[in-house]
Amino acid sequence: MKQHFDILVIGAGPAGIAAAVRAAESGARVGLLDDNPAPGGQIWRKGAALPAAARDWIAKLDASPVVRLHGWHVFAHPASGVLMAESTAATDREAAELHYDKLVLATGARERFLPFPGWTLPNVMGAGGLDAMVRGGLPISGKRVVVAGTGPLLLAVAAHLAHRGAKVVAICEQAPVGRLAAFSLRLLDQPGKVMQGINYRWASRNARFHTGCWPIAANGQGSLESVTLQRNDQQWDVACDYLACGYHLVPNLELPVLLGCRIQNGFVATDKWQQTSIPGVLCAGEPTGIGGVELAILEGQIAGLAAADRISVASGLVQKRSRFQGFVRALANAVELDPQLRTLPSAETIVCRCEDVPFHVLGGYSSQRDAKLHTRCGMGPCQGRICGAATQFLFGWGADSVRPPVLTASFSSLAAASCAAGHASNDILNQNRKDTHTL
Amino acid sequence: MPDPSISLLVNGASVSVTPGTTVAAAILMSGPRARISVTGEPRAPLCGMGICFECRATINGFAHRRSCQVLCEPGMDVRTA
Repeated sequence: MKQHFDILVIGAGPAGIAAAVRAAESGARVGLLDDNPAPGGQIWRKGAALPAAARDWIAKLDASPVVRLHGWHVFAHPASGVLMAESTAATDREAAELHYDKLVLATGARERFLPFPGWTLPNVMGAGGLDAMVRGGLPISGKRVVVAGTGPLLLAVAAHLAHRGAKVVAICEQAPVGRLAAFSLRLLDQPGKVMQGINYRWASRNARFHTGCWPIAANGQGSLESVTLQRNDQQWDVACDYLACGYHLVPNLELPVLLGCRIQNGFVATDKWQQTSIPGVLCAGEPTGIGGVELAILEGQIAGLAAADRISVASGLVQKRSRFQGFVRALANAVELDPQLRTLPSAETIVCRCEDVPFHVLGGYSSQRDAKLHTRCGMGPCQGRICGAATQFLFGWGADSVRPPVLTASFSSLAAASCAAGHASNDILNQNRKDTHTL
Repeated sequence: MPDPSISLLVNGASVSVTPGTTVAAAILMSGPRARISVTGEPRAPLCGMGICFECRATINGFAHRRSCQVLCEPGMDVRTA
């Protein structure tokens, strides 16, 4: 399959949906690609009641002429203005050559996982991870769940799981209570967020809420049976069926980095109009800074309008966006990781789950690349998406380089990408020949 | 909740799920793990969103599919390691 779009949007979460809908208003041919089977991204994932904003934006998307490619993942950028995608669906390995004039990257964020003894046991998942599995049909009613890690996601997940009949036995937030109180005060100018927090806590009111607390071990034979929690000098075991543990979010930067976008302080650098350092490539949502769904919708709209050359319409939204800058900073401060979490892994704790690389072999390396070449850490199918954020925190290593294919792809898809690269270079060659001839 | 209406096979055993259920959820409903790691550990989904590759399985003969990104379809044949 080969398609051309005036504006191609990658990622169908809140930012990507908003970008695609606003970009299509101008009559541009807009494509929206996402590896999930339905729009909404992670925060508006189907399988649970969606907030009004989600229903509203998804309805706008449904009513728009946007060409939707759900169940596709991008794996390469063979030439300027071209991305290669492969079907994520069960029964085909079709490749698509997607040409674009403008590109909006709305690739979202993933959870940060920190290794601790037992974290590789079945039924130890991310906080958002368990939530996504439950939305995807995993029965949770009557199951005992410990929710742990850091960030506002924990309360949202605990509330949703409790609503679905789970027994949330404990919520453990690594941040100390003083820092959480300061963050709550900072939110007072955003009553919506405060009410949301209160509602979440009320929904999960039967669970003990511990601050400055985290799991130091997951225990069980073949599957999770209990979790050992630690707060100050105290340690205790809690029997549970699931541990939902995630240490806030890290941006999905693979595509922005592959395209050459400048990264600043761990996020994609953008200007007032969400334009990255690469002309014609815009970025919106969590990759530009973790700021939540309202900010993502604003950034998505600005990016979509700017990509469609409708700057004047976007300028009012730029004003609104500036109100969130303080929130982004306050959130980052609130979820800052306790340095003690660096002592979580034991010598034998696996850090790279794809290649089963234990913690003790990773000492003494200077970078992810160095460790990767010597130990295979980060060399498996996830390509360091899970262990990369962990080793950055544990060892202070910077991010590794990104190379295609950025996700696993079949040989036939790689061959298609190679052809696309060849066509592009032939086009340039022919253009040069023509130019020479004209001269 | 609607009644289970999709039937598929996970390692040869029949599993009934509601429409909209992911293959990863169906795998966990039929057993505790999705794969065996390179050193022989049992593993199951971690991220639930197509990042970690712990849920990968062979679906209808296609290997290494991220089962959390694939919805169950009637008669699917899912195999885990």
